[in-house]
Amino acid sequence: MKTFFKKAVVLASLTMALSSMAEAQVPAATRANTLKVVVHANLQILDPVWTTAFITGRHSYLIYDTLYAANSRFEPKPQMAEGHEISADGLVYRIRLREGLRFHDGTPVRAQDAVASLRRWMARDVMGQQMAAVTASVETVDDRSFEIRLKERWGMVLDALAKPSNPAFIMPERVAQTPPTTQVTDTTGSGPFIFVREEWRPGNRVMYRRNPDYVPRQEPADYLSGGKRALVERVEWLYIPDQNTALAALNSGEIDYFEAPPLDFIASLQRNRNIRIVDIDALGTAGLIRPNHLYPPFNDARARQALAHLVRQEDFMRVVVGNPALYSKFCGSFFMCGSGNGTEVGSEPFREPNVERARQLFREAGYNGEPIVVLQPTDRPQYNAATMVLVQAMRRAGLNVDVQAMDWSTLLSRRASRNNPYQGGYHIFLTTHGGPTTALPPSNTWFNTRCDRANPGWACDEKLVELVADWSRESDAATRRPILETIHRRAWEVIPYVPYGQYTQPVAVRANVHGVLAAGIPVYWNIEKR
Amino acid sequence: MGNYVARRIFATIPVMGVVAIIVFLMLRLSPGDPAAIIAGDHATSDEIAEIREHLGLDRPLLEQFIRWLGQLVSGDFGVSIYMEQPVLGLILERVEPTLALAISTMIFAIALAVPLGVIAAWRAGSWVDQTIMALSVLAFSVPVFLIGYGLVMGFSLALELLPVQGFVSISEDPIGFLQHILLPTVALGLVYTALLARITRATMLETLNEDYIRTARAKGLAEPRVLILHALKNASVPIVTTIGTGLALLIGGVVVTESVFAVPGIGRLTIDAVLQRDYPVIQGVILVIAGVYVLVNLAIDLTYSLLDPRIRY
Repeated sequence: MKTFFKKAVVLASLTMALSSMAEAQVPAATRANTLKVVVHANLQILDPVWTTAFITGRHSYLIYDTLYAANSRFEPKPQMAEGHEISADGLVYRIRLREGLRFHDGTPVRAQDAVASLRRWMARDVMGQQMAAVTASVETVDDRSFEIRLKERWGMVLDALAKPSNPAFIMPERVAQTPPTTQVTDTTGSGPFIFVREEWRPGNRVMYRRNPDYVPRQEPADYLSGGKRALVERVEWLYIPDQNTALAALNSGEIDYFEAPPLDFIASLQRNRNIRIVDIDALGTAGLIRPNHLYPPFNDARARQALAHLVRQEDFMRVVVGNPALYSKFCGSFFMCGSGNGTEVGSEPFREPNVERARQLFREAGYNGEPIVVLQPTDRPQYNAATMVLVQAMRRAGLNVDVQAMDWSTLLSRRASRNNPYQGGYHIFLTTHGGPTTALPPSNTWFNTRCDRANPGWACDEKLVELVADWSRESDAATRRPILETIHRRAWEVIPYVPYGQYTQPVAVRANVHGVLAAGIPVYWNIEKR
Repeated sequence: MGNYVARRIFATIPVMGVVAIIVFLMLRLSPGDPAAIIAGDHATSDEIAEIREHLGLDRPLLEQFIRWLGQLVSGDFGVSIYMEQPVLGLILERVEPTLALAISTMIFAIALAVPLGVIAAWRAGSWVDQTIMALSVLAFSVPVFLIGYGLVMGFSLALELLPVQGFVSISEDPIGFLQHILLPTVALGLVYTALLARITRATMLETLNEDYIRTARAKGLAEPRVLILHALKNASVPIVTTIGTGLALLIGGVVVTESVFAVPGIGRLTIDAVLQRDYPVIQGVILVIAGVYVLVNLAIDLTYSLLDPRIRY
C-alpha cells in the first residue's frame, strides 16, 4: 500500500510538472495565433474506425487526410489522390497518390498505407461494407498506385471514398493493420494538423499544431475538398459542457469559435458586433422518428404511415429550433432537402397531419389501445423536446403512450435491444442525422432496410434494398434519377422512419476570425485570426 | 496514538471492500451500455455486440468482478473504456484543480465564517447577529450555479476583471491561478461560509454561557482574549468537524461549480464517466473519494486531541 501511495504521489507530481513544462514551452506569439474552439463533445476515442462519434470524425479531419473529398456540389474530388483511371468495363479503379505526401513522422505516404487503411475501413463502415461486398481485391501496384478490383459494377466507389461522415482516413500501414475491433492509439496521420498528445487533457482540452510539412492541393478550398491551408499555428479544443459558460466565454473573447451555440441564442448573438454567426452546413440536420419494425403495431407499414400522418413538422421545429430562419416548414425528403437527391416525391399525403386517416390506419394495422413505449432522453434538450411534441400528437389522436424517461446513454443501449417493448425493448425513439452522407441512399444509415442487419429499429424491406443497389450500380446522374424517385415513392409507402423536420446548426465566431469554410462540419484549415 | 492510527487505517480495508462491491454491482445492474456509446449513433446492433465482446462486457458479472478486484489488489485501477488510459493517471490529472478549489474555498469560508459566527454569538439578538444570520440563510439558499452565473455576469462580462472559465496551474502561472480560481471559490465558498458561520455561532453561544467564561470575564480578561482563547478554542471541536467533512464533501461534490466555471476537476471527470458508463473510471473515482473520506475523518479525530486535552486515544 505504501508503495502504491508513493507511486501515486510521484505520478501526480510528474503529471503536474509535465503539464507546466508543456505550457511554458508555448511562446506568446503562438498563443496569440491559437484558434480556441469550444467543441460539442468530449474527445475520448481517437480511432475513426472504432467509433462513428461525430467528435472523433472532426478530430480525424484535422490530423488525417482522405483519398477523395466532396466539394460543395457533393461531387467526389481527388484529395490525396492525384487522379484515377477506370477500366472500360467499370470494374477496375486504379488510383495514384499525389507526390510529396508525408506522415507526421516524416515517412512518405505509400500505396501500401492507403490499401491497409481502406481494408480496415471496409471492415467496419456501413458504406465500406457495401463496397467490400462488391470488391474482389484492393492491391498495391507500386509505391504510389493501387487498384480496387470490383466483382460487379458499382458506381459508388468514389462517392464512398469521399463521403463526409466516417470516410476512409489514411493511416500508416503499421497502424492500419490493427484489427478493426481494436482501437488504434497511434495518431500519426498526414493531415494539415498534428495531434499534440502531451497536451491532451481528456474532458477538458485537445491541442493540435500546424503540420509544417503538409502539402496542400493548389485548388482553393471547397467544402471538404481543395487546398487545406493551416493558417493558425495551433487549434485548441475546449470542452465546456455548460452552454451558458461557453457563450459567456465567447462574449468575453476567451474563445474564438463556438461549434454548436444553442439555437435559442442565435438571434441575440447576431446582435453582438463582436460575434458572427456562420452557416457552415448547407444541408443541415434532419430529425427522424424511428419506429421499431420488429413488433406490432409498427411491424405493419400502415401503422408507420399512421405515425407519419400525425406529424406536423413545423410543430417540432418551433419547439426544437425556435428561430424560423433556421428551419424549413416541411421537408418531405429522406435524402436531405437541398441536396441533389432531395426529391420529395411520395411525401404529398403527409405534408399536413391527418388525424382521422391516422386513426383508421392504426385500426387497420390491428392496434387496439395497447401501450406504445416511447423512449424519452431527458438529458438531450432537442431530442427531449421533439419526443414531447410527438407524444402530445399521439395522445391527441387517442393513442395509449407509455413515455419512458432516461438519459441518452441508457437510451442508446435500450434501443439496441431486440426485446419485446414491454420487456426491455421499445416502440419508438427519436434521433437526428444529416449532411451529404444522409443524402446518398446507400450511406443513409437509418434508410438501410436490411432487416436484421439494419440499425436499431430494424427497418425491413427487400424491395428498397434492391432499388438502392440498382441506384448504386449506376454512376450517371440521369440514369440514377428515375431510380431515385422510385426509391422515394417506395420509402413513403414502407416508411423506414418518419422525418420530423430539417434545420441548420450554425457556428458562432469572434469577428476577427475569417475564412470559416462551409464544409458541412467544422474544419479548421483556411481559418485565420486578424 | 500510533496503535490507534494503525487500527483505524486497518479498519478502512473492509470499508473499502464493501464500497468496491456496492459500486461494482450498482454500476453493472443499472441500465446503460458503454459499447453502444462507443459505437456511436449510426452503429448497428452487431457492431455494438462486437465492441461489447472486445471490452469483455459480455463475460459473467462474477468473472468481471474478480478480474477488477485482482487489478485493485495490485494497485491497478484499470483502464478507461473510452480513452484507453490508466484510470489512476486520469484521476491524478484532475486532482490539482479540485484540491485547489476545495482548499481555496475552505480558506475563504473559514476566514469569513469564523469571525462572523463569533461576532454573531457575541452580539446575539442584536441587529448585527440578525443581519449575519439573514445573510447566511440567503447564501445557503441560493443555488451555487446562480451565484456562479451572477459572478460571471458581473466580474467577467460587465467589469471584464476576471476570466469566465478554465483553470491554470499554480506552478505554471500563480497570478493566472488566482484569477481563475477566484470566482469559483467565491461561488462555492458562500455556501460553506453560511454553514460554518451558523455552526460557529451556535457552538459559541453554548460556550459563552459556561461558568469558565464568566470566571474569565470576572478575572478582568480583555473581551477578545475571552472570545478567542477561551470560548472559540473550546467551541472548536464541532467547527473542525464541519470543516473536515466540508473539505471531503468538496473533493467529491463540486460538480456544479466545476461545470459552471469549466474547471477540469474530479467532479467533471465523475459526471462525464457516469454519463458514458465508463465503469473503470467511476469505480476508481468513487474508491478514491471513499478513501479521502476515511482519511479526513481520521484526521478530524486526531485533531480533537490537540484541541481538547481531555480526549486521548
